[in-house]
Amino acid sequence: MAGPDARSGADLVLDRVTKEFAGVPAVDDLSLTVPAGSFFALLGPSGCGKTTTLRMVAGLERPSDGRILIGGDDVTHTRAHQRPVNTVFQSYALFPHLTVLENVAFGLRRRREPDPLGRARQALELVELPHLAERRPNQLSGGQQQRVALARAVVNNPAVLLLDEPLGALDLKLRRQMQVELKRIQTEVGLTFVHVTHDQEEAMTMADTVAVMNAGRIEQLGSPAELYEMPRTAFVANFLGQSNLLRGTVVENGGALVGVDVGGARVRVPAERAVRTSGDVLVGVRPEKLHLLRDGEAVPDDCNVVGPGRVTDVSFTGVSTQYQVEVPALGTLGVFVQNLLGGAAVGLGEQVRLACAVRHTFALDGDDDVASGVVALDESA
Amino acid sequence: MSIVSALGHGQGGGGTSPAVAAPRRRARGGAYLLLAPGIAYLGLFFVIPVVALLVTSLYVPVPGGEVGQFAPAFEWRNYTAALATYWPQLVRSFAYAFVATVAALAIGYPMAYVIAVRARGRPFLQGLLLVLVIAPFFTSFILRTIAWKQILADESFVVSAIRAVGLLPPDGRLTATGFAVVAGLTYNFLPFMTLPIYANLERLDPRMLEAGADLYADGPTTFRRVTLPLSLPGVVSGTLLTFIPASGDFVNSVLLGNTSTTMIGQVVDSRFFKVSDYPTAAALSVVLMVAILVLVIAYVRRAGTEELL
Repeated sequence: MAGPDARSGADLVLDRVTKEFAGVPAVDDLSLTVPAGSFFALLGPSGCGKTTTLRMVAGLERPSDGRILIGGDDVTHTRAHQRPVNTVFQSYALFPHLTVLENVAFGLRRRREPDPLGRARQALELVELPHLAERRPNQLSGGQQQRVALARAVVNNPAVLLLDEPLGALDLKLRRQMQVELKRIQTEVGLTFVHVTHDQEEAMTMADTVAVMNAGRIEQLGSPAELYEMPRTAFVANFLGQSNLLRGTVVENGGALVGVDVGGARVRVPAERAVRTSGDVLVGVRPEKLHLLRDGEAVPDDCNVVGPGRVTDVSFTGVSTQYQVEVPALGTLGVFVQNLLGGAAVGLGEQVRLACAVRHTFALDGDDDVASGVVALDESA
Repeated sequence: MSIVSALGHGQGGGGTSPAVAAPRRRARGGAYLLLAPGIAYLGLFFVIPVVALLVTSLYVPVPGGEVGQFAPAFEWRNYTAALATYWPQLVRSFAYAFVATVAALAIGYPMAYVIAVRARGRPFLQGLLLVLVIAPFFTSFILRTIAWKQILADESFVVSAIRAVGLLPPDGRLTATGFAVVAGLTYNFLPFMTLPIYANLERLDPRMLEAGADLYADGPTTFRRVTLPLSLPGVVSGTLLTFIPASGDFVNSVLLGNTSTTMIGQVVDSRFFKVSDYPTAAALSVVLMVAILVLVIAYVRRAGTEELL
């Protein structure tokens, strides 16, 4: 068991952890390592097991199987209060009968640390709320309560700090502000942060490493850029940003490029960006990586070209214009074009071809569900 | 801050909705109209009797009159005389009520905790346990107290068992003792202690307990630092609902006590009905009322649970 005075920022290791509720696995044989001092995000839709994973690290749930190690110590069978871990709860869970200052000092007092109130005041300064120390939690706004909850966790200098959708209850503007704030505080205190969220933008903004979870398993783990540029499953391709996924069959295999037949068109994919290099595949490309080519426009070098197709929708969003292009035999593809020259360049109903650099194309397992991970409208907010 | 708000610890929700002024005024008029029957009832059956009580407490006997004949006067000495004679019974009443309240808290809190927290998520078990708490109300208060008389009787197995384990000397008895009176009070008012605490603990957010565990507090510490302080409003309500009626009770001391366990309610009863000494009975009632009011205000102030109400 890790001692109460855990060194700040310890490695967190989950070793083949499974959690079943009434025989149904919520977390399924999950293994991951969170390096000390990193900002790690567990990203996934609701019900994917991310919160259960967090609660197992906190000691609020017991794993059905597997081990949890913090700083090399096996804590699987220790109780929540014995673990050098603190949580920022989604509901904040501040104690209504205590002042803000006493809330923050709670953990320090339990561990009989010297000068609990002085350190609690320092923690309140870190979250820029020293003037509210004597208030009660119910006299604070949601954003302020959120900061107090953060101070109450950070002040204990835990080996791992867990954040359970901490920004979920805040409005959009405040959320953006707190994202920056959280990142600043993490850099400042240097603790290991494990952040659970269903908001892909939040995860990508703050985390060094993101693990995308789906149905109790980790789909893919990597830096935000890695996950975005080279998704390995249809779920990741769709859940993290948007993707155009086209069914195809590998017809040429060998060397650095894989040739794929996609609805009659020939598309090349770099072999290292292909999950499989034979049989059925899903060829993917991000909408902003696609270019619209009008009649007679020259095809740039090293590009895959499909089409022609007809523009069925144009929506101007300021920074960019989003097009829907219907290509016979392929379906509808989304294209984002940055408005570098101002205004939409292509009109509704026009015939265009679509081009994309070969190095931006990726290929996934053809057995993946094209629609998996597509964010439902009510969740995308 | 008042006793009333201490008792009614549920969310008041008294805020009027932010509507335009005219309908709100109309709504408030309607609210007063709805209150009218209650105000009339209280006026008729509370204010008038209290005034009558105060007036009666100052009456003097009619010179040469019969027993029970009194004339209006301002005889303040009724109070000093009543207190001089009956202060032991008054003190004893509060002492018994205090011990019974503490005992009911010691028994009722764990009961409420088990029903509200441990049985949470098992509605059938919760319902069953609650019915068991309330079930005694299905039979008469008097009958249940008489049953206690038999349970604590010298020849009962309870007493012989307690004698056998040596907690009571061979000739010791339980019936007709102060212990029996306090036990009866505790038993009879136990649901009044248990239910408010249950109602409070039932709303206890389990996430508070998780937060306590997360912040290095083990089970007992989380209870002492989180659960107990949060349930104080329920404890205050329960102790008031037990202490106030218990200090004025006379059934338990009549049925389970002896002449040296007389409580003030019993004195008022006998002064009034047996010897027709109305002024003394009234004066003692007023003293009891004022004393309870003072004690309760001091207690609620001391408990300092205002911001949790």
